Amino acid sequence: MTRVRLIAVPVVAALVLGAILLLATGTDPLAAYGAILSGAFGPDGIGDTLAYAVPVAGMATALAIPLRAGMVNLGGEGQLVLGAISALAVGLYVPGPGLVKVVLALLAGTLAGAAYAALAAVCENRLGVPLLISTLLLSYPAMSLAGYLVRFPVKDAGSSLPQSPQLPEGARLPELDGVTTGIFLVVAVIAVYAVIDARTPAGFETKVTGWAPRFAIYAGIDRPKLTVRLLAVSGGTAGLVGAIAVLGFPYRFIDGALITPQYTWIGLLAALLAGASPLGTLLAAVFFAALTSGGFAMERATQVPRELTAVLQAVLIIFLAATSGVFKRKARRA
Amino acid sequence: MIDASLFSSALTALTPILFAALAGALCQRAGVFNISLEGSLLVGCFGAVAGSWYTGSAWIGVVVAVIAATAYSLILAIGSITFDGDPIVLGVASNLLAVGLTSFLIRTVFGTEGSFSDPTLRGLGQFGPIPGQSLLVYLSWLAVPALAVLLYRHPWGLRLRGVGERPEAASSLGVDVTKYRYGVILAGGALCGLGGAQLALGSVTLFAENMTAGRGWIAVVAVMLGRAHPLGVLLAALLFGLAEAFGFRLQGIGLPQQATDAAPYVVTLVALFLSNFKRKKGQPA
Repeated sequence: MTRVRLIAVPVVAALVLGAILLLATGTDPLAAYGAILSGAFGPDGIGDTLAYAVPVAGMATALAIPLRAGMVNLGGEGQLVLGAISALAVGLYVPGPGLVKVVLALLAGTLAGAAYAALAAVCENRLGVPLLISTLLLSYPAMSLAGYLVRFPVKDAGSSLPQSPQLPEGARLPELDGVTTGIFLVVAVIAVYAVIDARTPAGFETKVTGWAPRFAIYAGIDRPKLTVRLLAVSGGTAGLVGAIAVLGFPYRFIDGALITPQYTWIGLLAALLAGASPLGTLLAAVFFAALTSGGFAMERATQVPRELTAVLQAVLIIFLAATSGVFKRKARRA
Repeated sequence: MIDASLFSSALTALTPILFAALAGALCQRAGVFNISLEGSLLVGCFGAVAGSWYTGSAWIGVVVAVIAATAYSLILAIGSITFDGDPIVLGVASNLLAVGLTSFLIRTVFGTEGSFSDPTLRGLGQFGPIPGQSLLVYLSWLAVPALAVLLYRHPWGLRLRGVGERPEAASSLGVDVTKYRYGVILAGGALCGLGGAQLALGSVTLFAENMTAGRGWIAVVAVMLGRAHPLGVLLAALLFGLAEAFGFRLQGIGLPQQATDAAPYVVTLVALFLSNFKRKKGQPA
């Protein structure tokens, strides 16, 4: 009951606030919400929703993994982009048959993301820079590096845009109805996360650290080691998402293409919304992806800017954070 | 390589960060972890441009920026104090809300996408002896000693620090912890409003989507690096401003922009390492 109320109250509150905003711009809120719904799940929109859900759900999972232990990884963007650029380099320059290239590229992306995030964990453990800050600060050089690479050494010579050449035919992840086959990889990662979280000692240690960090240390959990491990898995997942993005359509790295859609931040919100539980995170990510792709449909149907859906997402989280505090306090009192 | 204009452009770069970092330092002192500085700055930018555009006066724009950012900081204040929500969740969400909301508003209010600028839009103009700097730049420097005195030489600051360090003790001495925390968050919002106004109407006059580009986050780092002391925060912001200005200079001699863009973040990270090293050696705990 409380759990339902916990989600339902913020959702209704966000929808009401959105409706007020819509009325202020002179739009019928029901028409706009209807357009979001039909745009996200209608026959024309469901493909877009799924295509958008792949990176958002992937990043949400990546950020949920350390969040489960109460650790916030704010460097997802850097890990994502570094994974993408590493996969691109393998796809472009490593010789060999296509399938080998694809596998190596996915591995390279995962490893690059994992190593970079682990570096942030080492910064906390050895140098006392809080994870929140070390992950965030490391993100910017990675984005700059990728921007530099596709402007100069790996630039597509035939184009004026800051983008790499396309990957060769064989070294691509094929698409099914406009959705990358990378979706299966993302689903597999989420499934593995769900099993580890629910059934293994590692998952339990992580959760205990999240629930009661001091008790966890008292119980003998090596926090620095756990931090490095969780961050490596988190960054590896983010890197994999980047690799999938590059190996899928348009089969190249375009500067800003992974940053502008805010996959990372929307993913982080989804993970926060679900309290980092594996299936909850997936559901929240798909919900946010649907809101975003529905936003484009709403913009076409009603001229209301699609950013309205970004506002709804953030407002929803704010209400959720606030009311979760209220319910927490009520429970404590009772 | 190093001359007066380097310092002038460093000054321009550091002012919005300094305002936001002072806001963060105040909140930190009262025991409030504020990572919504980025969002407040961005709302300040938008408020400044909207105010200036509608009234034709840059200074009314500054007032609107301060009001808008202060009102915006109510989200963190109400959410974290009255409702006991997680400040990190609230901060991340309100930063994202600021991006969405200002992008939404730029399209509904100004009818353009991406950025808004107009020849009739009033900027802050120049003031004082240093060329190219607005009045707000000087104000940000004055705010440093003012806040230092307030925090360390005034009963109000003593109570505020008490609230941050021992909230129960402060409360039992009759200090209203809630009121102090609301006060610093709202005052922080006002400072971010000034920072946003400087960013949008200072050396340029425009609003662009997500134009704060991580400056609020750098301010969060500056609070740590400066140990939440106004002077420390100033030094941290100065370091960042110099790194950014030096980066521009290096672009002039042919270094790619992407390399120099990363410089301030790397410099900040290295500075954090060094300051922590020193502290670890110096202090037993």
